[in-house]
Amino acid sequence: MAQVRIVFPRGPAPETAPATAPSRREETLPLVRDQHSRARRFEQIFTPHLDAAYHFARWLTRDERNAEDVVQEACLRAFKSLDGFQGDTARAWLLAIVRNTYYTWFRRNKAADASVPLDDDTLAAGDASATLESPVGSIDRVLQQRDARRLVNAALERLPEEFREVIVLRELEDLSYKEIAAIASIPIGTVMSRLARARKLMLQHLQHTRES
Amino acid sequence: MDCTEARTRLDAYFDQELDLPNAVAIDQHLVSCPDCRASLAARSALRSSIREHADYRRDAPEGLAERVRARLGSATAAPGRKSGSRWRLPSLAQWLPAGAAAVVAAGISWTAAIQYASPSAEQVIAEQVFRGHARSIVTSHLIEVASSDQHSVKPWLSSKLDFSPPVPDLSAAGFELAGGRLDYMDNRPVAALVYRSRQHVINLFVWPGGNLGGQHVASKNGYNAVGWSRSGMTFWAISDINAAELRTFAAACANAAYP
Repeated sequence: MAQVRIVFPRGPAPETAPATAPSRREETLPLVRDQHSRARRFEQIFTPHLDAAYHFARWLTRDERNAEDVVQEACLRAFKSLDGFQGDTARAWLLAIVRNTYYTWFRRNKAADASVPLDDDTLAAGDASATLESPVGSIDRVLQQRDARRLVNAALERLPEEFREVIVLRELEDLSYKEIAAIASIPIGTVMSRLARARKLMLQHLQHTRES
Repeated sequence: MDCTEARTRLDAYFDQELDLPNAVAIDQHLVSCPDCRASLAARSALRSSIREHADYRRDAPEGLAERVRARLGSATAAPGRKSGSRWRLPSLAQWLPAGAAAVVAAGISWTAAIQYASPSAEQVIAEQVFRGHARSIVTSHLIEVASSDQHSVKPWLSSKLDFSPPVPDLSAAGFELAGGRLDYMDNRPVAALVYRSRQHVINLFVWPGGNLGGQHVASKNGYNAVGWSRSGMTFWAISDINAAELRTFAAACANAAYP
């Protein structure tokens, strides 16, 4: 049986870059000859992905106003580092900046991230070898209830953020493991295990909901 | 593959991120494991419900693009001026390019190692399979008995060979039998069954003997091949369809040939 071999040459992770910095230093934007052409380039590249950026931020912050703040800040950051954009996937690039903005700027500057972890016992049952999640029939019954929308959103919101972000990127943005790995600065193997865990947690939560 | 092993890969399988040999192994495990099938179905139901219900597909707030534009405008209007923006963290410009570069330069490769149980023998056969496939395509010597009826193809092959190859009906899985011919592999005459999926040709080589002891995959020049043994027969399927489709073909075939 062939093994899946995962190779992940990591670049400098954004989180590890000096985030606290010379506070007295006056901020200067990179010198550019033509701000207008920069702005135009930015518009062309990133405006189509603004919705994706907003929705991703919305699921990170779980709040619409905070999501907009994160997107605005992220766009500003993206604009400033436009010269570093090599023409790769614009959406993934912007989403990565949204994510960085959320973790480095939002959480430090905006208040309390009221992360609501799932119950410890639910989390503890998350091993791949642990109990099976509920049979599909019962999940179907949950999802056919009239308040399926509320249940699904509640289950998503309750996910710890490291699981929430991968499931949002996979199921809603339809990104590949490779793209998610790049956005979240984690190895592909971690994308795989977090997705597995996230699904298990959501299914268990939906099952609990049904039973209670 | 047992359940424990299958479960560690079920999500990657579900997301179609698994390499061919692992995916084929899961395919086969699923056939005999209702628990894992249920687990897979639950993932599918979850995905559908997230896509249908998650508060996400609503459009971004009206005017977001304009507000972003305004932010950028004020940020670029006076470079060097100390900005009074309440959002701003100084120094970001310094490290952002590094972060961006990390994303851009994330040269990630997920390589699936292809291993053979007994490299020399299997590789030699795989090479013959590739050549046999290429030969059939290039020389237009694809089909000697043209029929979509397995009951016509099978007797024809049996009459010309010293064995009677299974000729599975895979139309339910979307693979139409087009016919068959004789070929020569592994130092013996073999049956070559020809299936079509859309405009693609799939050659399925079958001969008695051999025990591959699991699935073997290979790819070369844009062709994917997968080989396995069952009930004393060796099977090699090869085509230019993608690995996932060939996997589907192989699974359907393995189940239909000797149910």
